[in-house]
Amino acid sequence: MELVVEARDIVKKYGDFKAVDGISFHVAQSEIFGLLGPNGAGKTTTILMLLGMTEPTAGEIKVCGYDPNKEPLKVKRIAGYLPENVGFYEDMTARENLHYLARLNGIPDDVAIKKIDDILETVGLSDVRDKLTGTYSKGMRQRLGLASVLIKDPKLVILDEPTTGIDPEGTEQVLSLIYKMSKEMGVSILLSSHLLYQVQQICDRVGIMFKGKMVAMGSIEEIGRQALGEREGIMKLSYEYINEEALDKLDGIEGIVEKRIDNHSIILKFNEDKKLDIVREVVMRGFLPIEVKGREYSLEEIYIRYFREE
Amino acid sequence: MGGLLPVFLKELTDQFGSKRFMLITLIIVITGLFSSYTASEALKEQQFLNEEYLFLGLFTSSGGGLPSFLFFISFFGPLLGIILGFDAINGERTRGTLSLILSQPIYRDAIINGKFLASLATVAIMIASIMVMIAGISIAKLGVVPNGQEVVRAILFFIACILYIAFWMSLAILFSIIFEKSSTSALTSIALWIFLSFFVYMIAGVVADEIYPITQQSTPELLAKHESLRTMLLRFSPAVLLEEISAALLNPTVRVFGPMFETQLKGLILTPLSLGQSVLVVWPQFVALIAASVICFAVSYLAFMRKEIRSI
Repeated sequence: MELVVEARDIVKKYGDFKAVDGISFHVAQSEIFGLLGPNGAGKTTTILMLLGMTEPTAGEIKVCGYDPNKEPLKVKRIAGYLPENVGFYEDMTARENLHYLARLNGIPDDVAIKKIDDILETVGLSDVRDKLTGTYSKGMRQRLGLASVLIKDPKLVILDEPTTGIDPEGTEQVLSLIYKMSKEMGVSILLSSHLLYQVQQICDRVGIMFKGKMVAMGSIEEIGRQALGEREGIMKLSYEYINEEALDKLDGIEGIVEKRIDNHSIILKFNEDKKLDIVREVVMRGFLPIEVKGREYSLEEIYIRYFREE
Repeated sequence: MGGLLPVFLKELTDQFGSKRFMLITLIIVITGLFSSYTASEALKEQQFLNEEYLFLGLFTSSGGGLPSFLFFISFFGPLLGIILGFDAINGERTRGTLSLILSQPIYRDAIINGKFLASLATVAIMIASIMVMIAGISIAKLGVVPNGQEVVRAILFFIACILYIAFWMSLAILFSIIFEKSSTSALTSIALWIFLSFFVYMIAGVVADEIYPITQQSTPELLAKHESLRTMLLRFSPAVLLEEISAALLNPTVRVFGPMFETQLKGLILTPLSLGQSVLVVWPQFVALIAASVICFAVSYLAFMRKEIRSI
């Protein structure tokens, strides 16, 4: 697996304040990595260090093999960055804006003109490409932002809070575009956000930052287990008779934590991990599961768990 | 090279297309043309002594109640510079385009250099076209064609005007880097402009009076000291520097600034100075104007390069 971003023990100090305190992570090719954390956790500082826009106090960073500190221009050539609250020249059309950015990237005019129309098609802005960007909605502007990073055929795209302040429909479009960029175009994506639910939808892996430290990293499943431990599911069963005797029949099934009778049905609490085995076993013993509830780990819970502890 | 050209071209287009630039250009063109027109009328009436330099007189002489072209440049020039520069950086920051540009593969100084050069080019094109228009009027109205020396003097005057406006422009750009809001940077620039253009005369007078108090009975030496101190203080204002430079460049008979004793005048032959001599007279002022612009730009360059990107 090719690693597009490798960061090792990076530290950034502003005076005595440690904005980023020794974090390490990597992003593989065509992977979506989410950098999560509350405001002020050090996400944006981390991103700026990856792009060579601010110098790390210590640590080592490689983006596609380049050190962003020593060769920031090479990194910026292959890594697209969409800052939070990005703006465009409002007195220019979408095409003109993209054309200017293409020139800044050293893309020849004839190549750029063709590419711009293709990209505007991809992000769904073809019909408004000749309108001034001042008239765009926030969601359209964000999609134009994605177009502006695609113009350089990036290997890596870094998005800072890509969905903040957009309406739900716009959010949906932006998220599916990001997903498409990663899975169809093979672009690696690093996005920072504090909007957990959305990140959960598209990220392959996430890292949670808090006060400059990476407190957890991995897939949401892994982090959830780390943070919240084994989870319990709830099962509602019916049986030909509901009494203590029926309950006894459920003895000896591994993973059942609690069983009781409630409102003419049997309620089981069980270990989430063994859900399949338990369901099979109770059916074998003649019980009928009416309802099986086992929730996925939600980032919201993980998040709250981490930040309550601090 | 590192994005300078695209930034320069874009900024140049923006400047020429902006309404505020068109407005100030319109004002300067109209006033400049009127003042040189009335000046040419006035010059035609007086049978001028040094007809050799009639053409240059168009820029400095006034007539028909209108001040000279030089006055308009020294008055509107700073405004032009401030208008071109006051929101160079903080305007882009507010609109969120600065971080967009900074994340492109260009050197950071390409942004500020491109902006500065584009504004400078804008000013140069504008002043040059006005001066050419004035030359046209002079040729049509007075029937005089500028000779070689006059052309060189006019070009030097043109350079002085550009330097003068460049000073105000880099000052405005500096404020646009320091202050977050473009309204703050505009107001600060204008306040400094008012101070250096108007209040400096009062302050220079008061300070000179305080250090060398003069009365009716004062000796000539004291009067001279008083006057030269006052002139020195005045030279802190770029407008005064421009006035002195243009006086010497456009009027070849000017050979000295400040007070002179009668003994010094003895035996002086009042012939026009040669070009080199005229330049020599105001060389210090020229250097001061260049230094002021360069220092101002260098400070803004450093301020921009060292600005922590988080605050951008």
